[in-house]
Amino acid sequence: MSQSLRLRGGIVSILLLLAFIGAWWGATLPTQVDLGDMDPDYAAMMGLDTVQESDIPTPGDIGSAIWTHLSDPFYVSGSNDMGIGIQLAHSLWRVLAGFALAALVAVPLGFLIGMSPLMHKALDPYIQILKPISPLAWMPLALYIIQDASISSIFVIFICSIWPMMVNTAYGVASVRDDWLAVAKTLEVSPIKKAFKVILPAAAPTILTGMRISMGIAWLVIVAAEMLVGGTGIGYFIWNEWNNLDLANVIFAILLIGVVGMILDMIFGLLGKAVSYKEV
Amino acid sequence: MTTPAFIQVDGLEKTFPAPMGQEPVTVFQNLDFEIEKGEFVCLIGHSGCGKSTILNILAGLDAATDGYVFMENKEVTGPGLDRGVVFQGHALMPWLTVRENVAFAVKSRFKRHSKDEVNAQVEKYVDMVGLTPAIDKKPHQLSGGMRQRVGIARAFAIEPKMLLMDEPFGALDALTRGVIQDELLAICQATNQTVFMITHDVDEAILLADKILLMTNGPFAEVAECAYNPLKKPRSRQEMHHDEHYYPFRNHLMDFLVNGPSTPYADKASDGTPPAMEEAPRSGPRRVVNA
Ligand SMILES: Nc1ncnc2c1ncn2[C@@H]1O[C@H](COP(=O)(O)OP(=O)(O)O)[C@@H](O)[C@H]1O
Ligand SMILES: [Mg+2]
Repeated sequence: MSQSLRLRGGIVSILLLLAFIGAWWGATLPTQVDLGDMDPDYAAMMGLDTVQESDIPTPGDIGSAIWTHLSDPFYVSGSNDMGIGIQLAHSLWRVLAGFALAALVAVPLGFLIGMSPLMHKALDPYIQILKPISPLAWMPLALYIIQDASISSIFVIFICSIWPMMVNTAYGVASVRDDWLAVAKTLEVSPIKKAFKVILPAAAPTILTGMRISMGIAWLVIVAAEMLVGGTGIGYFIWNEWNNLDLANVIFAILLIGVVGMILDMIFGLLGKAVSYKEV
Repeated sequence: MTTPAFIQVDGLEKTFPAPMGQEPVTVFQNLDFEIEKGEFVCLIGHSGCGKSTILNILAGLDAATDGYVFMENKEVTGPGLDRGVVFQGHALMPWLTVRENVAFAVKSRFKRHSKDEVNAQVEKYVDMVGLTPAIDKKPHQLSGGMRQRVGIARAFAIEPKMLLMDEPFGALDALTRGVIQDELLAICQATNQTVFMITHDVDEAILLADKILLMTNGPFAEVAECAYNPLKKPRSRQEMHHDEHYYPFRNHLMDFLVNGPSTPYADKASDGTPPAMEEAPRSGPRRVVNA
């Protein structure tokens, strides 16, 4: 039943994709230009032709761009000419570094806020002000203070990943069931053991949800950050290809960003599943 | 000077602070009762009279506004491993298996135990409640009755001096309830466990309790009577209604719950109902509080 639903869903997905590619292909067919009674030799001399290529890349162009990039993803021939795998690795490294630093700060702070109503009240105004700031707004300040484009990008990822993780951790910790805390109390469990054996597993699904949201935001932000500071990374690659007016490469990079984002999200989905529990 | 009881409750009172613009609520006051070692005591009263609050104070999870609880002459000021608690909602940790849930308690109680010793202790108590086949299952894979049994195993596994149970079978169907009551009765008789249990099931109290504390309705609830169970031990669910004391005692408890306090059961004994005095199971001083 659900097996056949999945199968039918897959079939419809593929049909939609074929229809989309078909429409795209149709829209980018070379157009016949009516040159009126102009002399064909004159027209050719003027660079005009009876057949005009489309400005938008065709599905075939994209196909060959994908093939070119994926057949040799890791070459390096100069600072402006690196394989797509290298660019992606730069972006992923920045995202993971910024995200990991954010987790190191957000989870303990979230614990503190979740466990202490006083700290919640004290820190809440700062969180409420800092949370809505677009992470890119930090970039000039980061560049000025850090003086390094790559580390500034990592900082921007750090600052955008921190909030969902912190808020979710605090919420998860604050809503641990009183029952379980009472059990820990009657068993005279030490505060450290209570934090790791009761509160952490109880709040883990909520914390993981926060991490998943953070990772999604971080992946959105890294593209914009790299466009801004340049150098390396998938965001820089897009901007560079746009300057080269190579739209096929731009579209290829867009697809790649989507696929990598989906994989990152799936990883956190699986981690979330691993720590989830059925409440009774 | 007489030797003091195992648990001594003196003048206990609980008042919740006033919500905005309202009077503070005194849930109960002037509570005095005693629990002897090895005694099974049931507390009966209507919903909201403060039973859970009393149990939480005995467990050290809540603080009284006034009065004292002494256990073996030491004042109870906080929770401790000398008291095992079976919670109303089983309170199992859903991310742990049955084995891990019980082991969590055992490791907290016996910090020096090796892995094997912990495991042996866990398996002994899981077996005691008949759950060995389900020992590696998670709580959500168990029925309500099985979960409550795990809660009981967890409380027994730390070998507490006193067991505190808050309506442990309240959420169970009658059949399951009966089976677990029998198990509990057998375990308590075998281990001579001291138990304080809240229930609002009169038959459950008659089956299990040596002594039944009857509480009036709140606010300002009190323990109006401390009735000794006239039915002789060993009692069984199948046989107890043949006991000549069963119906008079049951009627007395029901009357209390329906109509409020009247003549204590012990004092009724002379007017035609079966004599409760000689057959009361305990020889200790019989105190009737606030009656
Ligand atoms: N934190 C609290 N603040 C104010 N009132 C409370 C609080 N906890 C319990 N109560 C009141 O105390 C009374 C006794 O509660 P409880 O001990 O749970 O009763 P029982 O277990 O007998 O049903 C109830 O009327 C309840 O409304
Ligand atoms: Mg209650």
